[in-house]
Amino acid sequence: MKARLFASAILCAIALALMTTVGAVESVPLSAPKPLNQKGFPAELYSWVIPADNPQTPAKVELGRKLFFDDRLAADGTVSCDQCHAPAKGFTDQLPASMGIHHAFGQRNAPTILNALFNTLQFWDGRAPTLEKQIEGPILNPVEMGNKNFDDVVAKVKGIPEYQQSFQTVFNGAITMDNIERAIAAYERTQIAFDTPFDRFMAGDQNAISASAKRGWSLFNGKGRCMTCHGWNPTQPLFTDNRFHNIGVSAHKSDFVPLARKALVLIAQGGGGLQQLDQLAIQTDMSGLGRFLVTKQAHDIGGFRTMGLRNLLVTQPYFHDGSQQTLWDVLDHYNKGGVPNPYLDGGLLPLGLSESEEDDLVAFLVTLTSPEYASASNEELEKQRARAKTDRPQRDEAAATGKSGLGPGFKGPFGDMTPAQNEENPALLGGD
Amino acid sequence: MAARHKSVETRYMEDRDKVLRGMRRLDRRTFMKVLAASAGAVMAKGLMPPHTFQLVNVAEAALDKSASATGAPGTPPFTFAYISDTHMYVRTLNQRFVKGAVKAVEDVNALDPQPDFVLFGGDLAQLGRPEELEQGKQVLSELKAPVKMMVGEHDWFYDMGDKWQELFGPPNYSFDWKGVHVVVLMSVHEKDFWTARGLSPADRMQIVAGLDNSIQSRFEVGDEEREWLKNDLAKVPTTTPLLVFSHSPLYKYYRNWNFWTEDAEQVQELLKPYPNVTVVHGHTHQMLFNQIGNISFYGMLSTAWPWPYAPQGLPALTVQMNRPDPYDQLDGLGDGQVNVSKEGLADMMYNLWDRNPVTVRADYLRSNGKTYVPPAPQFASY
Repeated sequence: MKARLFASAILCAIALALMTTVGAVESVPLSAPKPLNQKGFPAELYSWVIPADNPQTPAKVELGRKLFFDDRLAADGTVSCDQCHAPAKGFTDQLPASMGIHHAFGQRNAPTILNALFNTLQFWDGRAPTLEKQIEGPILNPVEMGNKNFDDVVAKVKGIPEYQQSFQTVFNGAITMDNIERAIAAYERTQIAFDTPFDRFMAGDQNAISASAKRGWSLFNGKGRCMTCHGWNPTQPLFTDNRFHNIGVSAHKSDFVPLARKALVLIAQGGGGLQQLDQLAIQTDMSGLGRFLVTKQAHDIGGFRTMGLRNLLVTQPYFHDGSQQTLWDVLDHYNKGGVPNPYLDGGLLPLGLSESEEDDLVAFLVTLTSPEYASASNEELEKQRARAKTDRPQRDEAAATGKSGLGPGFKGPFGDMTPAQNEENPALLGGD
Repeated sequence: MAARHKSVETRYMEDRDKVLRGMRRLDRRTFMKVLAASAGAVMAKGLMPPHTFQLVNVAEAALDKSASATGAPGTPPFTFAYISDTHMYVRTLNQRFVKGAVKAVEDVNALDPQPDFVLFGGDLAQLGRPEELEQGKQVLSELKAPVKMMVGEHDWFYDMGDKWQELFGPPNYSFDWKGVHVVVLMSVHEKDFWTARGLSPADRMQIVAGLDNSIQSRFEVGDEEREWLKNDLAKVPTTTPLLVFSHSPLYKYYRNWNFWTEDAEQVQELLKPYPNVTVVHGHTHQMLFNQIGNISFYGMLSTAWPWPYAPQGLPALTVQMNRPDPYDQLDGLGDGQVNVSKEGLADMMYNLWDRNPVTVRADYLRSNGKTYVPPAPQFASY
């Protein structure tokens, strides 16, 4: 409790200081630690997620910020954290999959750092338990920052005079991998994104969002079934259940069962440590197996973490492989009940959303934009809207309305599980 | 009715109050401890591959030849898979349950190596209609492994088993498999409640299909079939392990829902001379296991819907599966595999579709819950 108050006081102080010295709110750099007095900020939850062994202090946050933007942390001195987590791009790179040293691409879309402090597990597959531990992935991954080992990284930081002073202040001079991680994680924990029109709406301002967005919120909780996984409530206003679901995204390109068998053999041989999982996830075709690489449970095959829904219009493209360009594409994907595969989550069903209902849902999602991204977000929205008018690769009207094509995608006489036109509630048909 | 009977809702509210009262007493430090402990348990569960899950087994076997599915001395002489309680309407009426059955077929077909056979646990159809049974046969014909059929009440009471027997043969039979004597029973006979009331076949079926319907009688194996069983077992030496399949549990769990076999004790009596008897049954749609004397009982999962646990009578050894997620139509459902050792001890793997599989070992039941306790659910069951 004390730690929480202390941390909030410090962060407020930083924010105030920045606001007074720099002037107008608009000119606060997007990389700056965010104030905690945002509308909709879950103060109680925040008090739980700041780890006891890494309390927030202004000096540590400042050190973490320096490290976060320092290219020298990569093996060849060309890639910093912000290459893939750029503040101007909602702490993502707005690329389908991220690029590391030597212009090599991985297989996963860079998740945002905004509100990442609230994730119960990190990465799309939850392979790291904390923000601190998460850092160990990209630092060593050959197609990200490409360091050979942690000693190289520590040695490099030790050799930079400006860090010696900062580490002296924050960690009594101990320049270690653990402390590098702590500092970066502390900085990442200042990236809090609430204060959106929706948050003001939920706080009682009926005029904060449009009529279309209100209809969208209603669809979100009803016909769209979105809240099944992207739930909102005042203590956890994050729009995620922090769980892993197979919605069929990687079913396009993965033959799950043989891949899973191959992965199990490799993991058994390689020990299944974070570095091995990281490389399988980023560099191999086993990436599409998702959560399965971590748990080795069949029901986790193709499962990926439910992402929060805030600031979606600066963190495009969407899904773990960045395969969808617009919010309409994402909604089309859910509308048709996902992509059939044997491990499809049981919560996915055709939704039968009309075009105007999808528009309302987009209008609602737009209200989840924090003020600092409002203008960038509007620009992207218009781009997406224009694109969606002509280009709708995922739209499948017949599947969405249950007229054709859905089903588990099995071969044999039941290969096309064309549903009945009048699907009825079994309870009304008689019998238990 | 027992005076102390409490409804599911009442018990839920009581449990909930207890938990909430307990929570209020926790300070932050203790709460964090609880969190850490449960996270640890989840991690441990997640990282430990289930012993009998085939996908895992294959990979492990490739690396470690000594890995044995049961862990007990000797490798299992055979493995069978099961699919049960598919309750398929004709697909023009409702196809959700057809999809469930097809998913199970795909599951079983993906097993490598294939099981010796697939037991179908009964209730192939929902309303016993001939077209439902034919459709069911078509779905099951996709299975690569041979299928052993068992009948359930949903297959029987529309035409008193005519169509089912035409498609699948006699409802009770036995065979020997790798040293184990296997008996398939028809355990869902009912006393005639329909003639006197002048009920149509459809009405009769509807009443039997009702969970809490007091018009119907209790299920029974019946005099005639018990006599058949007695004669069948007369040829089997008492040193032979027995594996018995029945649709209803061959013990008395909850009478109102017909989770029940009226002449269970008499059947158990016939099985008594055999040291190792395993009964695998359908009908209850939930993780359910029990031990009575020499007999280990395992309930099978359904592919259509999960039943809640009955308000009373739940065997003490049963580790309950969590309340299924109402938003996830596959949760609480599944299929499974059973490894049978040469002593006739059976380890049951519940392959829950949207959860981690749970293996219940014969040793757990045989030791009356002292060893190999299956993982408890993460949340209180309702």
